[in-house]
Parts: sequence; C-alpha cells; structure tokens
Amino acid sequence: MAGSILGNRVLRKEDPKFLTTGGVYVDDLNSEPLLVGALHATFVRSTVAHANITSIDVSDALESPGVVAIYTAADLGLEPVAATFNPMAKRTLLASGKVRYVGEPIAVVLTEFANQGEDAAEKVIVDYDTLEVLIDIEQAMTSTTHIFEECGSNVVFDSTAIGMPDNTGDEMFADCEVVVKGRFVNQRVAPCPLEVRASAAAWDNDGRLTQWMSTQHAQGARDTIQTANGLDAEKIRVITPDVGGGFGAKIAAYPEELVLGAVAKKAGKPVRWLETRSESMTALGHGRAQIQYVTIGGTKAGKVTAYQMHVLQDSGAWVDIGAILAPFMTRPMASGVYDIPKIEVRTTSVATNTTPVVAYRGAGRPEATAAIERAMDMFAAEIGKDAAEVRRVNLIPKFLEPHSTTIGQTYDVGDYEESLNRVLAAADYTKLRAEQAARRASGSVKQLGIGVSVYVEITAGNSSGESAKIEITQDGRAVVFTGTSPHGQGHVTSWAMIASDQTGIPMDKIDVVWGDTDLVPKGGGTMGSRSLQQGGVAVHVAAGELVEQARKHAARLLEANEEDVVFDKESASFHVTGTPAVAKSWADLSIALASDGGLIQETDYVSQGATFPFGAHVSVVEVDTETGQVKMLRHVACDDAGKVLNPLLLEGQIHGGIAQGAAQALLEEVRYDGDGNPITSNFADYAFISAAELPSFEVIHMETPTPRNALGAKGIGESGTIGSTPAVQSAVIDALAHLGVRHIDMPTTAERVWSEIQKQKVKGN
Amino acid sequence: MIPAQFDLKRASSAAEAISLIGEYGDEAKLLAGGHSLIPLMKLRLAQPSMLIDIGRITDLSYIKDAGNHISIGALTRHMDVEKSDIVKQHVPLLAHAASHVGDAQVRHRGTIGGSLAHADSASDLPATTLALGATYVVQGPNGQREIAAKDFYKGFLESALAPDEMLVEIRVPKTLGGWSFQKFNRRAQDWAIVGVAAWRNGKDSGVALVNMGSTPILATSVSAALASGASIAEAAELAAAEAEPQSDLNASSEYRTHLAKVLVRRALEESTK
Ligand SMILES: Cc1cc2nc3c(=O)[nH]c(=O)nc-3n(C[C@H](O)[C@H](O)[C@H](O)COP(=O)(O)OP(=O)(O)OC[C@H]3O[C@@H](n4cnc5c(N)ncnc54)[C@H](O)[C@@H]3O)c2cc1C
Repeated sequence: MAGSILGNRVLRKEDPKFLTTGGVYVDDLNSEPLLVGALHATFVRSTVAHANITSIDVSDALESPGVVAIYTAADLGLEPVAATFNPMAKRTLLASGKVRYVGEPIAVVLTEFANQGEDAAEKVIVDYDTLEVLIDIEQAMTSTTHIFEECGSNVVFDSTAIGMPDNTGDEMFADCEVVVKGRFVNQRVAPCPLEVRASAAAWDNDGRLTQWMSTQHAQGARDTIQTANGLDAEKIRVITPDVGGGFGAKIAAYPEELVLGAVAKKAGKPVRWLETRSESMTALGHGRAQIQYVTIGGTKAGKVTAYQMHVLQDSGAWVDIGAILAPFMTRPMASGVYDIPKIEVRTTSVATNTTPVVAYRGAGRPEATAAIERAMDMFAAEIGKDAAEVRRVNLIPKFLEPHSTTIGQTYDVGDYEESLNRVLAAADYTKLRAEQAARRASGSVKQLGIGVSVYVEITAGNSSGESAKIEITQDGRAVVFTGTSPHGQGHVTSWAMIASDQTGIPMDKIDVVWGDTDLVPKGGGTMGSRSLQQGGVAVHVAAGELVEQARKHAARLLEANEEDVVFDKESASFHVTGTPAVAKSWADLSIALASDGGLIQETDYVSQGATFPFGAHVSVVEVDTETGQVKMLRHVACDDAGKVLNPLLLEGQIHGGIAQGAAQALLEEVRYDGDGNPITSNFADYAFISAAELPSFEVIHMETPTPRNALGAKGIGESGTIGSTPAVQSAVIDALAHLGVRHIDMPTTAERVWSEIQKQKVKGN
Repeated sequence: MIPAQFDLKRASSAAEAISLIGEYGDEAKLLAGGHSLIPLMKLRLAQPSMLIDIGRITDLSYIKDAGNHISIGALTRHMDVEKSDIVKQHVPLLAHAASHVGDAQVRHRGTIGGSLAHADSASDLPATTLALGATYVVQGPNGQREIAAKDFYKGFLESALAPDEMLVEIRVPKTLGGWSFQKFNRRAQDWAIVGVAAWRNGKDSGVALVNMGSTPILATSVSAALASGASIAEAAELAAAEAEPQSDLNASSEYRTHLAKVLVRRALEESTK
C-alpha cells in the first residue's frame, strides 16, 4: 500500500487559480445578482485626533456629482454601543458627539460611481472643538483629559482589576547578586494586508441581509452584524470570497462593516465599500504598541531567579482586543522557555487618541518573547557571559508531560535546548563569534552582530474546537466544509490532503468550502495559529468517521457483515474480504444513499487545549558603524510546530513570519505627530519590508508532536514573527556590544543605531 | 487616494503640448510617466483639472551621441537610460543612477524629463545631472532655450521652467575619470535619505547631493577643495557646506549632515580608484 500523503511537500491546489485568473475578492463581485445597481460608500473621517463635534454640514457635499445620500449617526439612528472588553466605554459606530482619533468614521457618502465618493466626502464640513490630544501612553495615564469620560480614567483595563496580583517592586530582587532594569518599546505597527478592507451589503425582498466581507471569520462577523442590525439569526448571511491577508486585523467586524446593512436599508439599494490604502493605514486596527518596564535578577553564575514586568499596553481609541492581549497573552507567556522561580507581571491598558489596537500576528506573545529575550541579553551582558550560554542554563529541561510555569501557564511538550543546539550548529555559532572577534580586533567599519532567541508561544489558545462536514457527491468527489477561513494559509491543499489520506479519494477530487455562513453555519475562523490543529483535526476525525459510516452502508449493499468489509484506500472502495472484484466505490455509495439524504459526515471536534510551539532563531547582521545602517546577512530558524503536515506550507508560514518579524525589528513603525496626525499612512512613509532587505532564510525542521490532537500538530502561523523579532533586534545591538551599547529600541533604524554609537563615543567607550 | 476629477488630452508633439498648455493655463499639467504627478493627485496635493498627456510623443524618446555630449529626449524612460550602451559608455554615472530609481515598474514608466521637471530634491536624477554639468533644453511658444542644470532648480518642486514651457532634451557632457553613486535609504525601492552623485578626473570633479535641502545641491566647496589639493577626507568634511538639510520622518538634519560627509568621502574614494 502506498504511504500516507501526509508530511509531503504537496504543491498548493489553490495556486493555479491565483497565478492565472486571479482570486475573486469582494471588489471583484461584478456579476453578483444581488449587487446589481449597488451604490458606493465612502466614509467621511475625522481629520483631528480628539475633539467634540459641534456640527456636521452635508449641504455642499449633497450637490457633488453622483451623490445619492449622506448619512450621519443621527440619520441612521445609531445608539452608543459598549466596548466588549470595557462596557463603560461607549461610542456610536459613526462618531457623534466626539471624535477620538484621526480616521474615525463620522458619516457615509453614497455615490453612483466609486470615484465620486472622495470628492463629495471632502465637502462635508465638520466643525470641531478640539481637546487635549493624547498620543503617548504614559501621558494618557496621568492626564485629566479622559478619552472615554464615562470610564473616569484613560486606563481602560488593568490586570489587577480582574484579580491578578500586583507587582511587589524591588524587594522581589533582594536576594539577587545581579539586577538589571530596562524600558523596552514594542512599537506600534500596521498589519498591512495586501487586500484592504472591503464589504458589500444587499437586502433581498424577504428582508434578509447578505453581506460580503474580507474577513478571517465569517461566522463571528455574522453574529456581530446580526446584533448591530437587530436581526433574527436566519435573516443574515455573510460570505467571504478570497481574502488577501489579514494578519489578525481582519478577525472582528469594524464599524464601517457593521453600519453597511443599515446604510443599504435606508438607501433602499445594495451598497459596496472598498477602502483606500491611506484609509486602511489609519482605520484598520494596529498591532503591538507596548511599553515594557522590566527587571531581571539572578546569580553571577548566570541563573535567573526573578523576573518582573509592568506592561503598558496602548489600546488606541477603543477598547478592542488589543486591550486584553497583554493580560491574557503577554502575561502568561512572560517567562517563555525559562525556568524562573519568581515572576510577577502586571499589565495596564491605556486609551490614547490613536487607531485602536487589535490582534496582529502573534498578538501578545511576540511582545512577551521580545521582553524576556531583551532582558536575558542584558543580564548576560551584565555578568559578561555568552548570551546563548546564559539562555541554556535557564531553559526548562525537556518535558514530554505537561509542565506548569510559575506564572501558571501549562505547556504541552517542549525540548527547548535541542532547538537551541540545532540552530547554533546550523548557524555555526562558534565560527560566527570568531569572525565577530576578528572584525572587532581589526576595527572594521562593518561590524558583525549575532542575535539568539529561544521562544515558546501559545497557539489555539482562544478556541475550543472546530466543526467539519464532508459530503460525497454522486460522481465520487468529496466536498469538505470547514469553519476555518483560509486567507493565504493553504487550507484547500491541507484539508484535501487530510481527507484524501483517510478516504483514498484523490486530492483533485476534493473541494473545500468555507466562509459562507449558509453553507458553514458554525466556525471559529482562522486566527491564533489554530486552523490545522483544530479545523484540520476536525476534518481528520470527520473523514475517519465517514469511512466507518460508509463501511456500514457498503456492508448492507454487499450483503455482508460489517466486520467482513474491507476498505481499500488505494482504489477508494469497499469490498468483502477475499472478493475485491465486487466493490463499492464512494460514488456507488453516494448514489445508493441519494434518497436518504446522501452520504454526509458531520463532526464537532472538541480540542484538548492549546498547544505550545517553540524554537530558536539566530540572526546575523552587519552594522555600518559610520552610518548606522543595518544589513541582515543570515537568518537561521528552527521552529518546532509538532508533526508537519506539509513542509512547503510550513516553510511559507515561517518565511512570511520571519519577514514580518524582521520588519518590526528593523524598519516598521506607525508614527503620529504631536497633534495626533498619522505620518506613516502610505507605503512610501511606512517602511513595509520587501524581499530586497532580507537574506534567504535558513529553515531547520524539528518535530516534537503534541499529544493534544490526533495529528500531533501545533500552530506555525505566528512562530516566525515571535522568534525572529528578538533575534534580529539582538543582533543589531550585539554588533555594537563592544562599544558599550546594551539596548536600542525597535525599529533599529540607521539613525537610531548611529545615535547610540554617538552616545557611547561621548561616554568615551 | 482617489484623484479629484480631471480631463485628459493627448498631445502628439511638443508643439501641440505647448499650445494646449497655453490654452488651459494654470489648470493644466503635463503628464509624462505619471509616477510623480499621479501619486500627488491621489493624495490630493495636486488637483489639476486638465492633464496633457505627453507620454506618447515618441520622437522625444531617444538617446544620441552628439560628440562632446550625449542628448537624451525628455520622454526617455529611466529603464532606457539605464540600459543604453551610449549612456553606459560615456556617462556611466547616469546609467547607474537611473538603475537606482525606485523599482523596475517605476523605471519602465517614469521619464528623465518628468524626473527633472518635477524638481524634487529627493530624486536621484536631478542631482546626478547637476553633478555632471548637464544642460536642459526647454521649448516654449517662442521656440527653444537652454538652461544649465545649476540654474534650473529654484526651490522645493520649483524650477526655472516657465508655465508654458516644456523640457524636451537633456544634454550631458561625456565624463572621463572615475565616478560613484551613493544612495542611502531604508529600503531598496525608497527615495534616498541622502544620496551623492560624484565624478572625478584629476583636479576636476563634480559632486551633487540628493535630499540635502529644498533643491538638489551642488557641493562646490568639495570640488574647490579638491582642485586646490585637499585630501579626500578634508574635502568630504565640506560636503554639507552648501546644503540646508531638513529634518523629516526619516532623518534629522544633523544625521543628514553626517551622512553627507561619510557618503561624499566614500564617493570620492570610489571615484579616485
Ligand atoms: C514607487 C515609486 C518610487 C520612486 N522612487 C524613486 C527613486 O528612488 N528615485 C527617484 O529619483 N525617483 C523615484 N520615483 C519617481 C520617478 O522617478 C518618476 O518617474 C519621476 O520622478 C517623474 O517622472 P514621470 O515621467 O513619471 O513624470 P510625471 O509624474 O508625469 O510628471 C512629473 C511632473 O513633471 C512635469 N513634467 C513631466 N514631463 C515634463 C516635461 N517634459 N516638461 C515639463 N514638465 C514635465 C509634470 O507636469 C509633473 O508636474 C519613484 C516613483 C514611484 C511611484
């Protein structure tokens, strides 16, 4: 019998379409009957960061060519809605009363053609009474100006308020021989999916709303749109066409998407909306945005015994998921791969007059890893020991039974030292250190930096399972319905591999359906690196159950006992032991069951908990000490995501992750001027990384299967970002360690690096 | 990100384009490769109501060897300058600088005339042609005139072109000796934070700076110092003498000044090899 297809480098089934005719995105739905005659929505957005709105005058704009209608919150009768994570904070979906960040939607203009909207929107006159603008987290914490007055403070979420212990301060380090403190900025970044947000809404004659959306989670969007429109469950359908990236920022529905149904209803016509890149850079959520106060202490020999952190999380001008990633994702992962006996973490989330912060690739875990890895480096530097060796002595030893950390997180399996060993060997760490020493000795302008990171993260931490349905058609094809929502990850390929492995149906006869709530009513979407370990496992379980169900039907048709029926995967058919010539194919069974509702298997898979991928990265950079410019020379990554289903897809996730992680370390940062105006809202100003800035990545595989699911798989979608960022940042700093440099905040731009070198020169180093 | 409404007329010759500008006056803008103008329009920083498309005037796209200099038609695309054997042989600095403009897509659309007429101090070709001592030929309703590159750049996005004139040809003296182009940027496709175009032939040299003020800057003090026998290191210290570097998102003026000195030194070292 042929071996399993699982574990092979199977080419992506979806690529021929993407590479030839292209994907079909929301804005490509040109022949959709429900959208015939659709109007185009353009949002009027706040041009100031913090102000009371004194008046909105649409009279001029109404005269602009092509304008059909303009609606404000009042026109749509919008009531204030409470933030999920702090119900005291309220806003209307279109701002009324006050605006809290540049880019906040205030009104919606409907025009006949898409290009007419911006002309008209420009003519809507909004009068503002400006208020103190709070961009800086620490300034917002102490200011008496409150962005959400009803909260009575700009602190919108604090870990101590939900019963997590407060930090005790310096006495925690009383018995430490060495104590190092740091303040690290984990800067605000923009997710930048290549496809910006887009949606279209249409009501049919029965009062049912169909809404198309570029989202990572159709079922979640359906629920919030249903609530926003006060609809009964059967009165709404959300459809996800192809989605060009999300990175976490397209998990939840945004105000623009939540009002579109009401807008279409009031206008009596279907409505389409496509944002521009400049809009997307200010109104699609941002990520990261933490200030971390860190103290690390231990022995001169290198054992870390205490770690304390206070995270100040920028929540932006809303209390979105970004406000709770710090307590629920950063905090539990704070000690990472290290066995630290004493640990305390407090998190304080603060509203500012900036774009709301949401989940972004890694969502809270990269911040945890960045902090502990920086702290480890500074601790190693303080005691004058090699950063990799200090890590080694502090690693949690290999464990194949669940391990609980001091802060109370339980990891599934881990062998951190092995990943460190492998990556150091592959990078030839000793030789790199020798080359570094040689360059230092020669006083070369171009210095070498070597950064090491070891990480563990949590995947599928926020969901409890997934459903899958497999239907066999009368021509013997399989249709897999999944509650996950691929937007670049390759589920069409992976789910077909999994279904084929169990059913013997060839991959080209397997279709995958997702993201249409009529076809797939239940689903958790794609986020938090959960899809394979939950959605994929659900398909695996469903396919297994389908074979057992089919065996029963085959026994009946073959007039044999069930236990005498053999399933031959190679021919994808069932026969009675000893008589393979008389066989029932999947098509036969489907036809035979046609009048009984067909051959369908539906499964709700309940997961056994989160999994904890881990790994180690080594990054090598060259720093031009005259200009501060950093060039990445190598990046070696060893990521252990458990059992690998398809190495090609795995590597794709790792590559993209490393690129995005390196981008944060080197280049990317969302910035505002003092008045709260975004100054990085296009790709000329926002330094989105490109292939030209990156070396070819060296990816090493390591497989420690998780016992928590049948495929042994952990998540890989975010690991690359988590491991790479601290390694790259550390490499830059390491290149200058001999000059006395201990820390440079991200992004480590040329000017920042140069300034740091200048500071050391002033100090006489 | 969507331009304000505009009309478009296509000119088939320089004369037609000039008469159309005359007709529409202030409201009109010439459209060459569109790679500077269209982004400005999308950001609504420019809102011309009439675009005169000169992109298809094929007889203004050429590269000729004219003896002492080479002549380049204003509508010649960056990619054609980069790949031209004539340019590579006689003005290798220009071919090389052209290869550093944006990315391949930009170089296939953008034109040398558009780049110079736009007069953006952050662009690569204004400073490069300035260093090379180029002359620009412009045409107006009353015929043609020549403007030396050093007299062309008047201020931020401001040139000596009259509103009814159009740039038609760029004449670049053939260079002898060594040359160097230093482009310092964050990402490969970005504009320079600071750039240096330089050539050197014995005591003669030309050094110009990208993004060191509101116009491209000719570093005359550097060339004067070299002519009077200063070392490269000494001359490079004068790199920013004529510059008035701004502070912006990407760099402080102090850092720009430092970069200019380092990059001029490196450029001269490379040119002297
Ligand atoms: C993504 C991107 C990256 C870029 N990166 C760089 C870079 O790294 N370095 C760099 O130097 N440039 C860069 N550019 C700019 C590019 O080089 C442009 O092509 C060039 O600056 C303008 O040429 P154009 O033909 O596109 O001019 P257009 O945009 O068509 O015109 C620009 C201006 O010049 C006027 N104009 C055009 N032709 C003439 C003429 N013959 N006579 C009189 N006026 C005229 C127009 O009316 C307009 O005001 C980049 C552009 C983009 C979009």
